[in-house]
Amino acid sequence: MSDHGKTTLGRIVGVDVGGTFTDLFYYDEAAGAFRTAKVSSNRGDEAVGFIEGLASFGALADLSSVVHGTTVGTNALLERKGARVGLITTKGFRDVLEMRRRDRRNTWGLWGDFVPVVDRDFRLEVDERVLADGTIREAIDPHEVAQVAKALLAKGAEALAIVFVNAYANPANELAALEAAKAVWPNGDVTASSQILPEIREFERTSTTVLNAYLQPVVGGYLGKLDAALTDGGFTGKFHIVQSNGGVMSTETARRLPVRTALSGPAAGVIAAAAIAEAAGFANVITGDLGGTSFDVSLVAGGKTALAAQTTIDFGLVIRTPMIEISTIGAGGGSIAHVDAGGMLQVGPQSAGSRPGPVCYGQGNDRPTLTDANVVLGRINAARPIGGKGSSLDVEAARAAIASHVAEPLGLGVMEAAEAIVKIADGKMAGAIRLVSIERGHDPADFAAVPFGGGGALHAGALIKDVGLKAALVPRFPGVTSALGCVIADVRHDQVQTVNLTLSTLDAGALGRRMAEEAEQATAVVAAAGLSTERVDVLFELDMHYLGQTHTIAVPLPGEAAVGLTASDVKKAFETAYQKTFSRLLGDIDARIVNLRTAAIGRRPRFDLAALAPQDGASVETARRESRPVWFDGAWHDTAVYDRLALPVGATICGPAILEQGDATTVVDPDLDARVDGFGNLILERRAPKEMP
Amino acid sequence: MTAIDPVTLAVLKGRLEQIADEMDATLCRSAFNPIIAEAKDACHGLYHATTGDTLVQGTSGLPIFVGAMSFAVKAVIDKVAREGGLAPGDTFLFNDPYCGGTHLNDFRLVRPVFRQGELFAWLASVGHWLDIGGNVAGGYNPKAVESFQEGMRLPPVKLFTAGTLNQDIVDILAANSRVPGSNWGDLNGQLNALDLGEKRFAALLDQYGEATVSSALDAFSDRAEALMRAAIASLPDGRYSFEDVLDNDGIVDEMLTVALDVTIAGEAMTLDFSRSSPPARGPINISYATTVAACYVALKHIFTAVPANAGCLRPIRFVIPETTLLAAKAPKPMAGYTETILRLIGVMLGALAKADPARATAAPFGTINALSIAGNRADDSRFVMFSFFGGGLGGNPESDGLNHANNPISTATIPPLEILEAAYPVMFTQWALRLDSAGAGTHRGGLGAVYEIEMLRDADVALLGERGKAAPFGVSGGMEAALNRFSWQEGEETLSPPMVSKVTDVNVKTGKRVRLETPGGGGWRDPKARPAARVARDVRLGYVGREAARRDYGVALREDGSVDEAATADLRRTRDAGAAA
Repeated sequence: MSDHGKTTLGRIVGVDVGGTFTDLFYYDEAAGAFRTAKVSSNRGDEAVGFIEGLASFGALADLSSVVHGTTVGTNALLERKGARVGLITTKGFRDVLEMRRRDRRNTWGLWGDFVPVVDRDFRLEVDERVLADGTIREAIDPHEVAQVAKALLAKGAEALAIVFVNAYANPANELAALEAAKAVWPNGDVTASSQILPEIREFERTSTTVLNAYLQPVVGGYLGKLDAALTDGGFTGKFHIVQSNGGVMSTETARRLPVRTALSGPAAGVIAAAAIAEAAGFANVITGDLGGTSFDVSLVAGGKTALAAQTTIDFGLVIRTPMIEISTIGAGGGSIAHVDAGGMLQVGPQSAGSRPGPVCYGQGNDRPTLTDANVVLGRINAARPIGGKGSSLDVEAARAAIASHVAEPLGLGVMEAAEAIVKIADGKMAGAIRLVSIERGHDPADFAAVPFGGGGALHAGALIKDVGLKAALVPRFPGVTSALGCVIADVRHDQVQTVNLTLSTLDAGALGRRMAEEAEQATAVVAAAGLSTERVDVLFELDMHYLGQTHTIAVPLPGEAAVGLTASDVKKAFETAYQKTFSRLLGDIDARIVNLRTAAIGRRPRFDLAALAPQDGASVETARRESRPVWFDGAWHDTAVYDRLALPVGATICGPAILEQGDATTVVDPDLDARVDGFGNLILERRAPKEMP
Repeated sequence: MTAIDPVTLAVLKGRLEQIADEMDATLCRSAFNPIIAEAKDACHGLYHATTGDTLVQGTSGLPIFVGAMSFAVKAVIDKVAREGGLAPGDTFLFNDPYCGGTHLNDFRLVRPVFRQGELFAWLASVGHWLDIGGNVAGGYNPKAVESFQEGMRLPPVKLFTAGTLNQDIVDILAANSRVPGSNWGDLNGQLNALDLGEKRFAALLDQYGEATVSSALDAFSDRAEALMRAAIASLPDGRYSFEDVLDNDGIVDEMLTVALDVTIAGEAMTLDFSRSSPPARGPINISYATTVAACYVALKHIFTAVPANAGCLRPIRFVIPETTLLAAKAPKPMAGYTETILRLIGVMLGALAKADPARATAAPFGTINALSIAGNRADDSRFVMFSFFGGGLGGNPESDGLNHANNPISTATIPPLEILEAAYPVMFTQWALRLDSAGAGTHRGGLGAVYEIEMLRDADVALLGERGKAAPFGVSGGMEAALNRFSWQEGEETLSPPMVSKVTDVNVKTGKRVRLETPGGGGWRDPKARPAARVARDVRLGYVGREAARRDYGVALREDGSVDEAATADLRRTRDAGAAA
């Protein structure tokens, strides 16, 4: 293990900029002390809230690091507000980006088209060709590349992407073209695919490279503004960004590889939820962030987040870079309930969002939402709404909407209809959790849910019961989970290289040397970030398959494997991984290593989550606020309501109960108990052993 | 019958679909041949114990199988009824297209699910195997006049008897394929999927009980039926006819007709194919099961909200006489079944566009273009590159057609050219959208593609395609798309198939190229109503040529590409006058 990159402890702030609020988490590494802050976001001028929030912790000059989880890249992609990109590519192949992988939008239905982020007249071709084995069949003409680059500039291109066929096998032509283009390009926003993703599959590589260029000016400009504001405020420390893989990178790297910020914000939340759960003794968890329009789910097994190699942001917008696997379904507080033509109750995917929002917000929507059902059932306190939406919620309007849109068409009472809406939404969330757990062969009884964000804890009980999870863990501060994630996330850099090596003829020594080189490069990027780390770990993964297969499985190898690697080590690792995935080994068939993936991870100093725990002197009696009727399982139950943050460590609350705090409500179902653990988390569990139906 | 609450019903629906989805995913990830692994030419589901009706279907399965699989399961049910002896742990295997639909490459595995000693339902898996013998590698033999020239035919047999593998069958299969290892890998993948489905389904039955699950399955079918009846009732009563043609059957160069008369009467629909051509000599026949399945696919594309199970076929009466190529019997060749069902889906779209102009969708490109390039590598090892190619979808009320899409019968993705070049001695020289390939319309069709491939070794080339004579049609005044074109270089010449879209035994030398130009989709409504600025953009982006803009859209452009408003008004007026005359 290397220890370079190790630096001194400092004062670090995590900043999560959301649509409505900017949440901040301040941590003094030496003192082990923390503080949180919440300020209003200002879309388009995020720097204002950002600096205001930071200033609440004292002078900016005293901060050593600011780590930011951002959705600016995500939003630019979803709203198609990136830069005008020019693409230079191999003659004959300018349409790869637009032709995709010859897919359709939906399995059923033939409507809808696709507009690529780079119009066809901004995609120009040059003469060059590399063969699949890396042979250069035709070299580039730098003069031609410069001419083409100038033509794109003249059309108004702001960023440039260069993607040549088979550049993964030999980047020489691309790099020569890059040099020629840079000589005439007025800014630094020029990207070659072999630098972004030297991996086979031209569409995925083109899409990733082009989206990187698309985001470069947007993310670069955004970071530049924040940087300037930080400098003006006297900040002299390091400014970092959370990547989609859940690791932190320097802003220099973020400007070079902005495509790696696509899931920056949600990834930070998963990192924190995983860390909180592991400290609390739950190594296997499923995190669930319930917002206004969506429910984001991610699985953490053995304390490790799951990484997906590729994500589709929207139809045809593919990013291939390791990202925390986050599944999103269209079920949120604003999801609209309706009865379809076949008489079936549906919740979502249409959503009232945060504006106009649920019926009970009184902002003009008259179709009932999940939040309306929660309000009608008494689960959400209408007099003390979370997130500070107005002074109180309009329960009667919510009830009327449910009556006319759901209860009457189904022939149910209003309360039964409201309960059904919650159950359908619970079912969708449970389905999303099953998709990432049971369907991947994980036993739900080994996992706990970690709901965070504003709404997750309202539904924790159903997730336990519907999916068969063993418990739910509600973090002490669900609203600042993502900001906390920024503070505790490791520094990380991922690299991939297509190698196409056959196992039977493998030169293991050469592969080992290649691995060592990749490790060195990745480690250097981590070290350059300058955030305090205890050590840097290197992880390798080989994408392998039997000859003849096209899909690969990930075969992990430890960092020390590079030294003295043998073909039989690789074979053994492959067979172990294959058997785990598919159960049937296919003995005699040769195998191939398609890609080498390398990750360098700078481990951050351990964050003592006990710092978040409640202070001594709290008691259940003082925490108890009132009781109110809440509808569970077809009847009203007199239900105790507690001030959640005033509960002491070790307190046990028997359901039914409602636990309220500023930015979240936790519902404890009648058959569940909630206890406060040593970190101030709430652990929800079944009271009696599960009965078999 | 247990009454079931709407909430449990919705939960069970999700759970069951997830089981089928997970089976799909398991096979695709572990399959050997790219037609399953990349093109997802596979499907899994749960089927009724006594009728074989589709109860639950994966959302990612190949659409055409959704309708065909119930016939496959029924074939096994019939065999069991004849012979008896069904036991837990049995698994049937077969590829007979005359009872199970589609073609010989599709191998079906059917396994009973027993509960308390009683047959409760069937699980099934189908996947396209790469090669099962026959005269042409890959099975798409455009010259076949009998099934025997397409490959080996296996009737439903027990691959497993009470959990014990019958190795004899595996050995017979291996001896009858050019790529036994690939087939063995795929068979194992399908067994992985069935094992997993069996386990998951048993857990679900344990949790909810057979009675509840059974009621839910009935309710799903009833609901699909209700939604389909509502959809049919929304169409005006009447008779709507549409027909289209196939280029030829690969043997006799005469066009064949697929003709449909749709009758809507209240909540019922009759689909009558009696006016279609008789069975063909060449391999473009399809079985009754395939025809029903193709109609199902078309209906699902039009009425997307109707769930995918057998209930939706209850309101529909089929008239598919054995005197047509749409209900052919053994041993009529069927390898090119894809081309016929694509035409059939087209006539469904065409006829229903007449019934309901608000949902009118123009023809998709309509050919699978099964291209096989085979030869020997430098080390003398044999290679067979086999792939299907894309084209444009039809213009529709919502949008232009999608450029370079897959066919409506599949959700297949195309293998990356870099993967093909790494695996086979070929070099693509073009992979591009095809100018002027889409039908003009207010919403034009999506564009087809040009694929040009240079041989790095001598190779034998075969193509089974269509749309070489009759282009994909437009609807509601939209225009037709371009024709499919295939050519290859021989010496200094460029040659095309005598049968237009079907050819075998073409020897292409090292350094020479083959070129495939695929059709776009048809246009939707009058092209002259397309905003001139959109047409100018199409020209700027190279989707539409200047000449076509003028001729088809009545849009005149200046030298700099901007719209010449006055000249355009003139052109569009002339067209009006011409149309009125």
